[in-house]
Amino acid sequence: MTSTELSSILSGPRQSPAPDWFRELQAKAWEEFEAEPFPARGNELWRFSSVKNLALDDYVAAPVFSGDPLSLARPRQFPEPAGRMIFANESLVRAELFSPALESAGVIFTTLADALEKHSDRLREHFMAQSARLGSAKFAALHKAVVQAGTFLWIPRGVEVRNPFEVFHLVQGDWAAVFPHTLIIAEDNSQVTMLEHFVSSNPDERGLGCAVNDLVLKPGSKLNYIGVQEWSRNFVSIQVNSTVAQKDSAALNLALNFGGKYSRLESVSRMIQSGARSDMLAISVARDEQEFDQRTLQDHQMPDTTSDLLYKNALHDRSRTIFSGLIKVEPGAHRTDAYQKVRNLLLSDDAEANSMPGLEILADDVRCTHGATSGQVEPEELFYLKSRGINDLSAKRLIARGFLNEVVDRLPEERLSEYLHQQIEARL
Amino acid sequence: MSSIVIDDLHVSVADKEIIQGLSLEFSTGEIHAVMGPNGSGKSTLAKVMAGHPDYQVTRGEILMDGVSILEMEPDERSRRGLFMAFQYPMEIPGVSNANFLRAALQARLPEGEELDAIEFYQRLYQKMDLLDIRREFTGRAVNEGFSGGEKKRNEILQLAMLEPTFAVLDETDSGLDIDALKVVAKGVNTICGPGIGILLITHYQRLLNYIVPDFVHVMSEGRIVRSGGKELALELESKGYDWLKARKPETVGAN
Repeated sequence: MTSTELSSILSGPRQSPAPDWFRELQAKAWEEFEAEPFPARGNELWRFSSVKNLALDDYVAAPVFSGDPLSLARPRQFPEPAGRMIFANESLVRAELFSPALESAGVIFTTLADALEKHSDRLREHFMAQSARLGSAKFAALHKAVVQAGTFLWIPRGVEVRNPFEVFHLVQGDWAAVFPHTLIIAEDNSQVTMLEHFVSSNPDERGLGCAVNDLVLKPGSKLNYIGVQEWSRNFVSIQVNSTVAQKDSAALNLALNFGGKYSRLESVSRMIQSGARSDMLAISVARDEQEFDQRTLQDHQMPDTTSDLLYKNALHDRSRTIFSGLIKVEPGAHRTDAYQKVRNLLLSDDAEANSMPGLEILADDVRCTHGATSGQVEPEELFYLKSRGINDLSAKRLIARGFLNEVVDRLPEERLSEYLHQQIEARL
Repeated sequence: MSSIVIDDLHVSVADKEIIQGLSLEFSTGEIHAVMGPNGSGKSTLAKVMAGHPDYQVTRGEILMDGVSILEMEPDERSRRGLFMAFQYPMEIPGVSNANFLRAALQARLPEGEELDAIEFYQRLYQKMDLLDIRREFTGRAVNEGFSGGEKKRNEILQLAMLEPTFAVLDETDSGLDIDALKVVAKGVNTICGPGIGILLITHYQRLLNYIVPDFVHVMSEGRIVRSGGKELALELESKGYDWLKARKPETVGAN
C-alpha cells in the first residue's frame, strides 16, 4: 500500500478474513464507536484531561513499514524471552517460540488473526469481554472495530513459563494509527509473564496508539504483564487494560510510560473470586509538556481478595499528570485488603500533578488504605548526596531514578527488574 | 601536608547565632576531638563545614590549604577532599548502596572516564569485610531499613571508599552499643594516617578510648573554650561539662 492509498481510520470497520461472529462483533463495535460521544471537559471521567488531544480526523491506517524494524527492536530486547513477536505498522514481521518444550506443553503464542482461525472458541469467550468503564468506551469500540495486530497467548493448566514472552509494536509514518491488542489467558495453576513494547521509529511523528490488553487469570494462576510505552512525543496514546482474577490467582500489571504527548491509561482489576490478588503498578516519566492521564479501578467482588496499587510519576518541565483511582468493595466482599498509593515527584516548579483517590466500600471488615503525595526532592536527601561529591543535577537524577526503581523492585523476577532498571536508566 | 583553618567563624540558623567566633586549625596526620554538651554548636560546625544550605556564615572563614570553601557547593567541597560522616545518615529510597558509591566515585573522575567496575567491587568488598558489613548491603537502598549501627558503619564505609583528605565525624558514636562502637573505631583507625586529618565530634569520652586523639577541644556556646591533649577528655569525663561552665571562657587556639 502506498501512502496515497491510505484510508482514514474513520472510514469504517476493517474487513479481514475472520469468523462471522467476529465480523458481526466488529460491525456492532463500529456502531458503538459512532454512537459514543467524544470525551468532553465536563465529564467527570475526563476531569483535568486535555481532551482537545483526542480528535481523530487526521489519522490514517499505518503505511508499510520501510527500513529494518528489527534494528528498532533489538536494543530493547529482553535477553532470554520464551517467545518473541514483532509487529511493524500492524504487520507481523517475526514470531518465534524459543523453546520446543513450550510447544509440546500446548502453549499457544500466536497472532490474533491466526487465533481467530484456529482458536475461535477460546477467543470468542474472552475477546474484549469486559467493557471499558473508565471513560474510553468510544476508543475501546474503535479498537474492537478495526483491530488487526494482536497477540493471543494461552498457557495450559499447570504450565509454568519462567522467561517472559515479548511483543513489539513498532510504528512509523506521520499520522499513523495503530491498534495493538493482547489477550492472555492463564489456565489453572499456570504461570506466565508478558513484556510488551510500544515504540515509534521517529521521535517527532504524530500518531495514535490505541491499545487494549486483556488478562484472564484462572484459579491459582500467576500472570505478570509489563507494558513499556515509548511512542513518539507527538503521539496520542490510549491504553485500556482489563484484568480478571479468579480464585487464588495473582495478577501483576506494570506500566512504564515514557512517550506520548497525551497518554491515557485505564486499568481495571476485577477480583471475581475469593483469594484473588492484583498488583497494579505504573511509573511515568513526564517531560516538556507531556500529559499522563491515569484512571484505575480496583473492583473487589468477592471476600478475601487483595489489591495493591502503586503509581509513581516523575514530573519535569511543564508536564502534567492526572491520577484518578477508585477502590470499590462490593457488598459481601468481606476481608478485602486494598491499598492504593500515588506518589508524584515534582522536579520542576512548573509541573502539575493532579491526584484523585477514591473509596467506595459496601462490605464490612475490610482494610482499605489510600493516599496520594506530591513533593519535590527532599533537601536533606539532596544535601546528603551532594556531600559525597555528586553534583546537583546528578543527585536529583539519582533520587528520581531511585524513586521509580522502587516500583520496578516489586517484580517477583530479579532478572526482569534488573532489565527494566537498565531500560529506565537509558531513558532518564 | 594539608590543613584546614577555621578563623573567627560565626554561623546562624534562621537568624539565631549558633557558632559565635570559633577558631580551630587541624592538619593531615592529626586526630582532633571536639567535645561539648548538647547545644554547644558541635553539629552545626560539622554541617557548616560540609556546606549545608540552611547554615549561614555571617563572619569568619574556613580555609582548606589557604582557599576559602565557604562559597563552594557541598559537592565541590567533597570532591576537594572534605568528608562529613552524618550523625543521622539519610535514607535514599530505591538507590542501591553500590550505585550511590559508584556515583560518588564517578564524580571524582575526569569527564569521559568510566569507573572500573571490577576494581570498584574488589575495593568495596574489602572495605565491607573490614567493617563487618554483609555483601547483601551493596544491593540494598542507601540506609533504608538499616539499624543505627549499620547506618554508622555505612558512613565509615563511604569514608573508606572516598579517601578524603579531611573527615569530620559528627557523633559517629551516638546510638552505638559497645560492639558496634569497636567496629566503627577499628574502621576509623585503619583509615587514620599521615594522609588524612580527622575531626571527631562527640559528646562522650567513650569513643576516645578507641580512637585516640592528638588534640581535644571543648566547645561551649558556639566557641572553643579549652584545648589540650587527650588527657583533657578524661578530665572532662570525671568533672563533667559544668566544670567548664563555671570557669571563665578563654579563647585558645588549637595549636
